[in-house]
Amino acid sequence: MIIADRKPFEEIKESVKDYNKIMVLGCETCVAICQAGGEKEAEILASELKLAFGNEGKKVEVNDEIVIRQCDDEFMSDTAFLEKVKEADVVLSIACGVGVQHSCNYFNRIITEKPIRVIPGLNTTFMGANIDVGLWEERCLGCGDCVLERTGGICPITRCAKSLLNGPCGGSSNGKCEINKDTDCAWHLIIERLEALGELERIKPVEKYKDWRPSHSGGPRRMVREDLRL
Amino acid sequence: MKSGSNLEGLLEKGEFVITGELGPPKGTDVEVVKKKAAMLKGNVDAVNITDNQTAIVRMSSIATSKILIDEGLEPTMQMVARDRNRLAIMSDLFGASALGIKNMLCLSGDHQSFGNHPEAKNVFDIDSIQMIHMVKTMRDEHKVICGDEIEGDFKMFIGAASNPFADPFQYRVHRLAKKIEAGVDFIQTQCIYDMKRFKEFMKQVVDMGLHEKCKILAGITPLKSVGMARYMAANVSGIIIPEEIIDRLKGAGKEKVASEGIKITCEQIQELREIEGLSGIHLMAIEWEHKVQEIVEAAGLLPRSVL
Ligand code: SF4
Ligand code: SF4
Repeated sequence: MIIADRKPFEEIKESVKDYNKIMVLGCETCVAICQAGGEKEAEILASELKLAFGNEGKKVEVNDEIVIRQCDDEFMSDTAFLEKVKEADVVLSIACGVGVQHSCNYFNRIITEKPIRVIPGLNTTFMGANIDVGLWEERCLGCGDCVLERTGGICPITRCAKSLLNGPCGGSSNGKCEINKDTDCAWHLIIERLEALGELERIKPVEKYKDWRPSHSGGPRRMVREDLRL
Repeated sequence: MKSGSNLEGLLEKGEFVITGELGPPKGTDVEVVKKKAAMLKGNVDAVNITDNQTAIVRMSSIATSKILIDEGLEPTMQMVARDRNRLAIMSDLFGASALGIKNMLCLSGDHQSFGNHPEAKNVFDIDSIQMIHMVKTMRDEHKVICGDEIEGDFKMFIGAASNPFADPFQYRVHRLAKKIEAGVDFIQTQCIYDMKRFKEFMKQVVDMGLHEKCKILAGITPLKSVGMARYMAANVSGIIIPEEIIDRLKGAGKEKVASEGIKITCEQIQELREIEGLSGIHLMAIEWEHKVQEIVEAAGLLPRSVL
């Protein structure tokens, strides 16, 4: 899932300080699970903003709303909800970067009376997994041409700090990456896993240059599924 | 000959070679390069020119290599995959070749988080093993990797690094084998202090016959002080310094610690010369270039022959 982290409160406050009607908009999917931008977090952020502006004697109206997914039109089409969006001076979206952009795009397509301003309250960090309570780690960079079949199910593009396809580099030490002692060396993990599987032979041939076109290097990506199009 | 370099020629003749290292200045001061070059001249067979080592911005390895050529030394230009994509690497290699550079070293490069611009975005379009393969393709097939013909000659003696002290230990020799499969001509190792582990590594190398497929140069860095030894063991990835070496430096006292460091280096060189499968020494006397002559002489490796 997509992992995100709330921006520092001062930065958020600064970004909305010129508006009188603020809508904090949460998203019930990925960012709710990683407890950065769900219903509860939207409520908390709205109260914090009210309190902070209140203490400064500023009269600001802050409301919080939640939708199931900000990356999909159908979850934002409720008329009463759209009415509230229209009334707000700013929508402070605490979805991931996709949700912020998509809700903005949707609101501006549907609401014609005025342009709608949507700004982010989170920093979208990575695609990852929940490893332990309060711990998430990055797992996939969406390179568009998955190599996991050859690397024991451990991604060298994402989990090796140098995205080496023929690792490990000379910095691998005691199973840790040279960049810091909290980060596992992906190649150490790959070798251990392949050894356990009896498949170490798989990484002995030289892995050739990667074609980065299916990745972001090929430009913004687009996927068309003719079978699903109307 | 693959490159016509002095280093290649000496190795082909079966001479025990010695290469040095020169770190370019953090700016434009050519005099620094010339001064260091003068100290190395005649004492080593070729000189590695580092490429933004430890991710700190310095004069480019290509330009510094050219200055060395003008000073009458033979450079081995290092190139890291951290800062350049495949286009930049191939284009820089053409430029390097046009300037008379005949040896190069293919490296992944230290992560930028170690350096003075940790905010930078890295490249890592290809890795060091793919870089070896790329340079070999350019040299032997006379093509860039997309298959387009190269205009003019392209010759290069292709080197790479090997760290026998990184983990997982049992896999290190296979990674060396991969570099050979990719087409490497010579290998320089990380600096060696743990002789026992290095001998174990070299035994694996010889058992697999890898020393017959590429030339292996053992890395050596003289220790100037106890502090330097401790710093390197703690901060440089994959360096193990046995306690007995640290004890010897300590025992020598402040006055004599440097000469004890040189003595240890000479003993290491003698020990390395006995190891089967080694073709030479890569002496990395970091900011100690003025001691290189003394070390090489004491090790009985002077005068150097030039082809
Ligand atoms: S190889 Fe590519 S698609 Fe597969 S996990 Fe890694 S980044 Fe994701
Ligand atoms: S230590 Fe391991 S994970 Fe870190 S850069 Fe090197 S190979 Fe990649």
